[in-house]
Amino acid sequence: MSDNHSHDRSAASTRTLELVVAALIFLLGAIAAYDGNRIGAGWGIEGPQAGYFPFYIGLIICFATAVIFVRALWDRAKAREMFVSRSQLLLVFKMLVPSILYVVGVGTIGIYVSSTLYIAFFMLWLGRYTWIRTVPVALGVSVVFFLLFEVWFLVPLPKGPLEALLGLD
Amino acid sequence: MAEIGLLFDGFGVALSPFNLMLMFIGVLLGVIIGVLPGLGGANGVAILLPLTFTMPPTSAIIMLSCIYWGALFGGAITSILFNIPGEPWSVATTFDGYPLAQQGRAGTALTAAFTSSFIGAFVAVLLITFLAPVVAGFALQFGPPEFFSVYLLTFCAFVGMSRGQALKTVVSMMVGFGLATVGLDTVTGQLRLTFGFTDLLKGFDFLIAVIGLFGIGEILLTLEEGLFFKGTRAKLSPRVVLETWKELPRYWITSLRSSAVGCFMGIVPGGATPASFMSYGVAKRFSQDGDKFGTGKVEGVVAPETAAHAAGTSALLPMLTLGVPGSPTAAVLLGGLLIWGLQPGPLLFVEQTEFVWGLIASMYLGNIAGLIVVLTCVPLFAAILRIPFAIIAPVILVICAIGAFTVHTSVADVYLMLVFGVAGYVLRKLDYPLAPLVLALVLGDRAEDSFRQSMLMSQGTMSIFFSNALVGGITTLALVLLFWPTIAALLKRARGG
Repeated sequence: MSDNHSHDRSAASTRTLELVVAALIFLLGAIAAYDGNRIGAGWGIEGPQAGYFPFYIGLIICFATAVIFVRALWDRAKAREMFVSRSQLLLVFKMLVPSILYVVGVGTIGIYVSSTLYIAFFMLWLGRYTWIRTVPVALGVSVVFFLLFEVWFLVPLPKGPLEALLGLD
Repeated sequence: MAEIGLLFDGFGVALSPFNLMLMFIGVLLGVIIGVLPGLGGANGVAILLPLTFTMPPTSAIIMLSCIYWGALFGGAITSILFNIPGEPWSVATTFDGYPLAQQGRAGTALTAAFTSSFIGAFVAVLLITFLAPVVAGFALQFGPPEFFSVYLLTFCAFVGMSRGQALKTVVSMMVGFGLATVGLDTVTGQLRLTFGFTDLLKGFDFLIAVIGLFGIGEILLTLEEGLFFKGTRAKLSPRVVLETWKELPRYWITSLRSSAVGCFMGIVPGGATPASFMSYGVAKRFSQDGDKFGTGKVEGVVAPETAAHAAGTSALLPMLTLGVPGSPTAAVLLGGLLIWGLQPGPLLFVEQTEFVWGLIASMYLGNIAGLIVVLTCVPLFAAILRIPFAIIAPVILVICAIGAFTVHTSVADVYLMLVFGVAGYVLRKLDYPLAPLVLALVLGDRAEDSFRQSMLMSQGTMSIFFSNALVGGITTLALVLLFWPTIAALLKRARGG
């Protein structure tokens, strides 16, 4: 991410993000148009072919994001505007990185163990709670969800080795 | 009138003890959802939708729509007590609600907000009761071209009403349409945009998108603002409620005007948020002490709340009668109908009278239930808001993850939810509106089908969208709305010059 030399603690300007996002969506549009064209965007025996919609949607996306991109290039105000400050970005990452690990955990060690660890980690690290207050909350939430989904609603959620060990599968 | 009889049958359905219980549970859950950051009407309903798959459709929609009413009520609580709009449509409520609370008149502000919400919703439900059967009857004659022109109208209205950000609305909508085309093409059986990934075969489910975009995105945004709940204590004594009720009839013109604005914005898919702002602006202009707006005027709470609730409620009218939702939450409810095996649209009024009128009757009852719940439980909801963010944020994420998983019992959907969450965070910060994306994702397939059928009928000429007065009228209206900013500017110049 670029710094706009103004010595505030900006992590990125709105313009930078505007350009990056427009470029990314442009790419999506281009992919859609390409694939639409590949499977046929013209007229077939069953009317407009399967690629008709993706092709034109892709084209509209490309056109609109191109205009947004060019406009953002010339937008001085947005170049100065802060999209996110460093401290804010740090906070967002503090939430995001554990969340990614949590989601990976859902698929491997099961949702209940993963949730307990995730909530506990959050309370200890960001909330600076003591172990004595953290453990009951984290365990309690998972137990409540277990009862709610597995027992009451009979909706099985992903489980891992611990549940298998306890015979709760 | 036939409607009255059908409505009473509907009350018979809605008044069963089981449905009444669901109604109160729904409202209670809805208010909690509306109060908590990261959970709102749309994703709250999306998360709970899988749990209702086994219920009878009528009971399920009663509960889910009551969650929606509850969320509409709940947004006002955080706006007034904490100056944090729990929902986008309650931003305008903070303008006068929070100053009132600071002056120690939180009770007055809350009572005014809840009562106005109730009145707005009531007007909208009356409108639905009498207008919906007419619209549905009318729409029975619709063929594919008519339906496509209605979809066109929906999307053009979005673009035309987005102030200054029309291009971003277009992009957001087209991304929604694009995502909707991924997977198996229903007409030809061809695979589209899957690039050999088997996970993409079934396409993108809009429920996952809603949970990610609105839920996770919202938490990240809230986190960034370094949320501290510094709220006024809330207590709602019967004396304050009665005193406020005595004061409210003074603002009957504002209420009426705001209801009209709200209903209009709800039916034409503008949504509750612009409706609340517009209504606040109108009330400010017409009020005798409009210049005092923003310092804590009760009227400034009445206007946006009435409009937001009227819009939120009337958004269900096009959803039920035409299968075109007026708001993201209505879109999620529409998705629910499809999952329960009900085809939204005019035939619903013919084939599923019990369902339709049960739902409409439950709107009356649900809003009464809502008013009772919010007036009596304010301290409880304020207490929920005091749960520290370090606890509530991970719990909300866990709830979102469970919700995303249960849609298709697929862990891949949970990953996808997180991706949508990050996208939602960035897009929201760059002023890309998310509602058009969700609506396009929901309606994409249907819009495409009706377009392709129309094209087959006409052998490929676009003139079919102008082939008769009805379809031509709707298409023209759509184009007028699409270019409304330009037309309005031209009209202004013509009048000025």
